[in-house]
Amino acid sequence: MIPVEHVIALSAALFTIGAITALMRRHLIAILMAIQLMLGAVCLAFVGFNRMWAASVESGALLDGQIFALMVIAAAAAQVAVALGIGTEFVRKRGSANVDDAASMRW
Amino acid sequence: MNDYASSETLRWIPLVPLIAGLGQALMLFVFRRSISSALVTATSCGAALLSFVLTCVAFWELVGSASGAPAIIDRVNTWVGVGLGGTSFTADLAFVLDALSAVACLVVTTVMLAGNVYAAGYMSGDPHDDGGHQRFFCYLNLFLFSMLVLVLADNLLLFFVGWEGAAVCSYLMIGFWFGDPANAEAANRAFVIDRIGDFGLLVGLMLLFWSLAAVGEASVAFRDIEAHLDRIAQASVPTPSWLGGGIWPLTGVIGACFFLAACARCAQGPMVAWLPEAMVAPTPASSLIHATLGVTAGVYLLCRLSFLYASTPEIGALIAWTGGATALLAALVAGVQTDIKKLLAYVTASQVGTMFVAVGCGAYAAAIFYLTTHAFFAALLFMGAGAVVLAMDYEQDIRKMGGLRSKLIRVHLVVAVAVATAAGFPFLSGFLSRNEILLSTLHAEALPGYAVLYAGGLVTAGLLAFALSRLLLMIFYGQGRHPARIRSGMQDPGNWIILPLYVLATLAIFGGLLGLPQFWGDMLPGGVDDSNSLGNFVGRAVAGGAPSQFETSTEGWSVAALLACSLSGFLVALQLYVRRPELPPRLLQRFGGIHELLGASFHIGRAYDPLVRLVLGFSDRVLFRFVERRVIDGWIVSLPAKGVLGFVAHALKYGQSGMAQTYLFTMLAGTFVLLGYLLF
Repeated sequence: MIPVEHVIALSAALFTIGAITALMRRHLIAILMAIQLMLGAVCLAFVGFNRMWAASVESGALLDGQIFALMVIAAAAAQVAVALGIGTEFVRKRGSANVDDAASMRW
Repeated sequence: MNDYASSETLRWIPLVPLIAGLGQALMLFVFRRSISSALVTATSCGAALLSFVLTCVAFWELVGSASGAPAIIDRVNTWVGVGLGGTSFTADLAFVLDALSAVACLVVTTVMLAGNVYAAGYMSGDPHDDGGHQRFFCYLNLFLFSMLVLVLADNLLLFFVGWEGAAVCSYLMIGFWFGDPANAEAANRAFVIDRIGDFGLLVGLMLLFWSLAAVGEASVAFRDIEAHLDRIAQASVPTPSWLGGGIWPLTGVIGACFFLAACARCAQGPMVAWLPEAMVAPTPASSLIHATLGVTAGVYLLCRLSFLYASTPEIGALIAWTGGATALLAALVAGVQTDIKKLLAYVTASQVGTMFVAVGCGAYAAAIFYLTTHAFFAALLFMGAGAVVLAMDYEQDIRKMGGLRSKLIRVHLVVAVAVATAAGFPFLSGFLSRNEILLSTLHAEALPGYAVLYAGGLVTAGLLAFALSRLLLMIFYGQGRHPARIRSGMQDPGNWIILPLYVLATLAIFGGLLGLPQFWGDMLPGGVDDSNSLGNFVGRAVAGGAPSQFETSTEGWSVAALLACSLSGFLVALQLYVRRPELPPRLLQRFGGIHELLGASFHIGRAYDPLVRLVLGFSDRVLFRFVERRVIDGWIVSLPAKGVLGFVAHALKYGQSGMAQTYLFTMLAGTFVLLGYLLF
């Protein structure tokens, strides 16, 4: 089928893109989307490894990776709820979604 | 020590006032809350009362102990313990109640109890608004604690703790009304002069320890020193060339050191200067701390070490002559003083000089008898004077008083009793105790110049009688010289002030019966054996034993001589100040120079100015400005603080950019570094 190396490579690429985007974009929503991308890449890695290990189990039934991917999605949902709440307040206070403005805890 | 009875209760005698004093101090200085003055008074007087009761109980135990133990010891714990085996040294936190300390303890607690009640009345109307009521009683309780530790101490180290505590409380009391810088100045001076004595005490203590350790008996407990004194009696100290280069006997040097300590504390010799200056303290403090109890700490020290002084008659001569000279000169100076409290200060110095004469002649029991009676009538004198000052709206100059007999009836009564006792009215306690001392002087043939000392003692008695009678007559008799507004508002002080004075007056009158010399005891109807109960009791604990009996004829002549001197002093005062009041101003005109010299007490106080300046200057320039400000605040505190602040804070602050993305970058970078380390 699909070799596990390809799945992991895709996961790594997606994670790197998400990380760099989170560090370089100035728009709040863009950063939130990049974080979601990182979470998705991690889910993909879990599922890919699950496929790999399931092949070596006799009955071929290993669901650990997939269950954990489900939990990652649940955590992501909660995180988005909170993040969007903070983001709404953030934008309402300043009138713009530029995160560079939020540097008041500077030395 | 094996035959001392042991007890668990002695430690509470000093502990009760300590708890009271510390409690008040904590509330005032740490928690910054004032307690109501009623509670302060109740705590303080309660502590004094409890100490007194416990002392009586302990005394009863001592006297009535079936085993006939010479002392009760309460060994609380080991306090200082160093060394191992043969070279070990321990000083215990232990309290000993033997005959000497029992008498001293009773005197201290009795007078302090009366003083506490008196102070409650006196300080309640204090016009100074520095909230000092609680502070005053705190100091008073701590002073009582120090005195009790001093008196009950088992060894010289614990004694020193009490000695210093008393000095500190004395300093705090002199500078009590510190708003006036003159009071603080007087407190500083008194403290510096007292430290001279501390030098002597410490040198003596160290010499004792060193010499005893050299013979293998390292200890500073009084009973151990007494037991092993003969082993160091042969030692001698080579003196350096700038002191004469001779060889002095060790016991003599030690005796001289402790004599210096007693001198400074008791304001004898050239160190008499601090006592009159200390009179800026509130009157209850003056009466308790300076007149009766603090100064008698020195006499107590000398009697505690009586076995030492019994073996060094030459130091005994030094003590006797210093005491005699101070007694005479102080009585002379007292006769021209116009400030009540300074006059009484000089009277006190003279009385303590008489005690020193007794110690020097080897009559330690007589000295303790005089100490006891002196405590009663001196406290009475000071407190009575305080009552007069209070009624006169804090006026202390006796030239501005006069004719108060009709207004201050009760005060007049107690002050008259005090003056009569101190001046030697026949058969009151002062007369009996002074006579004992004079007789011992007369019979101390081994003392060089004892006859001169005896004559000096008689003259002193006369001069004191004059000074005290003058005080009484100028205040209460004759023409009133004070402003009318004071006279109209004057009234006898309240019960809190008068009742302790009545108690003290009773003790002053009848206290002499405690140590009634056998001479009088034989004359009492029925003939009382061993009438000198105090002397016989104290004689158990001091060298020389009970006071010796003298021949009846000598006693008789001595009594007559003493009476004659006292009476003449009184008559001269009567003549000058009541019968012919125009005489003093004429005498003043003719003898103005001498009068001024005496009034300033030969300018002895000036001699200490360089020393005080030196000490305070050192304290300020070296200890405060250099050590405190430069070294501690600058180098030790600020430099590392600024260094740490400068380097770490200013360097690390750049990490705080405030932007979330920077932090995110740092987190990711750190994670990858860690992963790289773990994987490769």
